[in-house]
Amino acid sequence: MESLRGKVAIVGAADTEVGVVPHLSATQLYVKGAKLALEDAGITKDDIDGLITCASWVEPYMYHAEMIAEYMQIFPRYCLNVATGGGTTLAIMHHAASAIATGVCNTVLITMADNMLSGLSRDRAIEAMSTAGHAQFERPYGPPIPGFYALLAQAHMHKYGTTSEQLAAVAVACRKHASLNPAAQMRQPITIDDVLNSKLIAQPLHLLDCSLVSDGGAAIIMTSAERAKDFKKKPVYMLGVGEGHSHEHVSQAQSLTTSAAKEAGERAYAMAGLGPKDIDVAELYDCFTPVVIIELEDLGFCPKGEGGRFVEGGRIELGGELPINTHGGLMSHCHPGHPGSLFSITEAVRQLRDECGPRQVADAEIAFVHGQGGIMSTHCSMILGKEAN
Amino acid sequence: MAALSPKPIPVPTRETKPYWDACKKHELHIQQCADCGHHQFYPRLYCTKCMSDKVEWVKSLGRATVLSHTTVYRPVTQAFAADVPYVVAMVTLAEGPQMMTNIVGCDPEKVHIGMAVQVTFDDWTEEISVPKFKPV
Ligand SMILES: [Zn+2]
Repeated sequence: MESLRGKVAIVGAADTEVGVVPHLSATQLYVKGAKLALEDAGITKDDIDGLITCASWVEPYMYHAEMIAEYMQIFPRYCLNVATGGGTTLAIMHHAASAIATGVCNTVLITMADNMLSGLSRDRAIEAMSTAGHAQFERPYGPPIPGFYALLAQAHMHKYGTTSEQLAAVAVACRKHASLNPAAQMRQPITIDDVLNSKLIAQPLHLLDCSLVSDGGAAIIMTSAERAKDFKKKPVYMLGVGEGHSHEHVSQAQSLTTSAAKEAGERAYAMAGLGPKDIDVAELYDCFTPVVIIELEDLGFCPKGEGGRFVEGGRIELGGELPINTHGGLMSHCHPGHPGSLFSITEAVRQLRDECGPRQVADAEIAFVHGQGGIMSTHCSMILGKEAN
Repeated sequence: MAALSPKPIPVPTRETKPYWDACKKHELHIQQCADCGHHQFYPRLYCTKCMSDKVEWVKSLGRATVLSHTTVYRPVTQAFAADVPYVVAMVTLAEGPQMMTNIVGCDPEKVHIGMAVQVTFDDWTEEISVPKFKPV
């Protein structure tokens, strides 16, 4: 099988303003992100022949990608909408890369947005997302989304001795990075005690162990490595990508403490010919603090069960061994729903372009991005690099 | 703010009706494969182990151990507000399959992984009784 390694590049990347954005509708956020990404790439909408969107909770359309194409008046030959949460972003980039590599289309615009906060209200957003549970066999028991993840956290703590302080260290690191990012929704630094003293939501998870509810959008433009040299900025190359899919409902999970991030990561490393030691910066899906700990283990950054100890002592902060979520992640930068992981991609692109100012990881050459959707259900890992080889 | 949704009352399907019919009689029924003996939950058209279509409904012992648990302080919807704090758990049935449930009939702080529990039923409507678990 021919490998996608180095065949495809990201040539445009942009975020809209994020956080509380009441003056833009969900559809406007999609289109604004797209416009900013086109400007970043130095091309016009007529250069786009592939379009992919995520679904919107607030302004859903049966043919959402076609709706955005119609609104923008672009007429792609490859057009699809994907509606599966946080793993979607990277999985659709996998699809887009395959389409580009096989000549189905040349230049793909991926735009994702929503305004969960202003469009739904926090309570309605939380209720809407709770429909993730199985209607007959999960939802009657009243599990909130943090409750599902609390089951994973509790199992990890029981099996490996992970502590609430270690969970909190993840939130503290992400907030520290957000404090250096003027775009982030939450920028006030926090301490481990702040996390432990915040309201208990679903034991052992406190409010500050949970991600935000936000408005916002992001967009990227992908094309072939040959074409990539003709764009305004230096391209960022896709060196490896891999997926893993283990279940839909967490009550059917084979394991609560090991996820299909393991398979996703192994597949991405194998394609890239790289390993965890080669990674300079990692943008890891962080809807809740225990997810990061499980991902660090399953993606090979530390041995299984050592994730709690790995996040201590600033190891995952800027200047540490493996800086993660340098924009602030879903817990501090923003979390508008389906688009969540696309902000990890745009941040990884900025890191590899040396555009991050005070939060720049020095000499970042290789970035790792991981997205997961459902309740640790669907995983996709991606390795990005400054050079195609 | 407008009223939020009521508790999600299960709506049995053709596939799940035998399960809910048994719950109504306060019995927990799961599927067993007549060919390989594998037990499974939730109900399916085929055995997930050997793909045989000879899956039969059998009565579970109703005994389980707690696989993981959480005590919920912020209810998923206002319909659950009166239950706070409540325990959402995953349990492993003696027959093998795992399921989500609530642990009831004990102090939430006493619930622990590995705890032995027994099925009990919460009558929601004349048609629907929801299986929950309590300490043995
Ligand atoms: Zn069988």
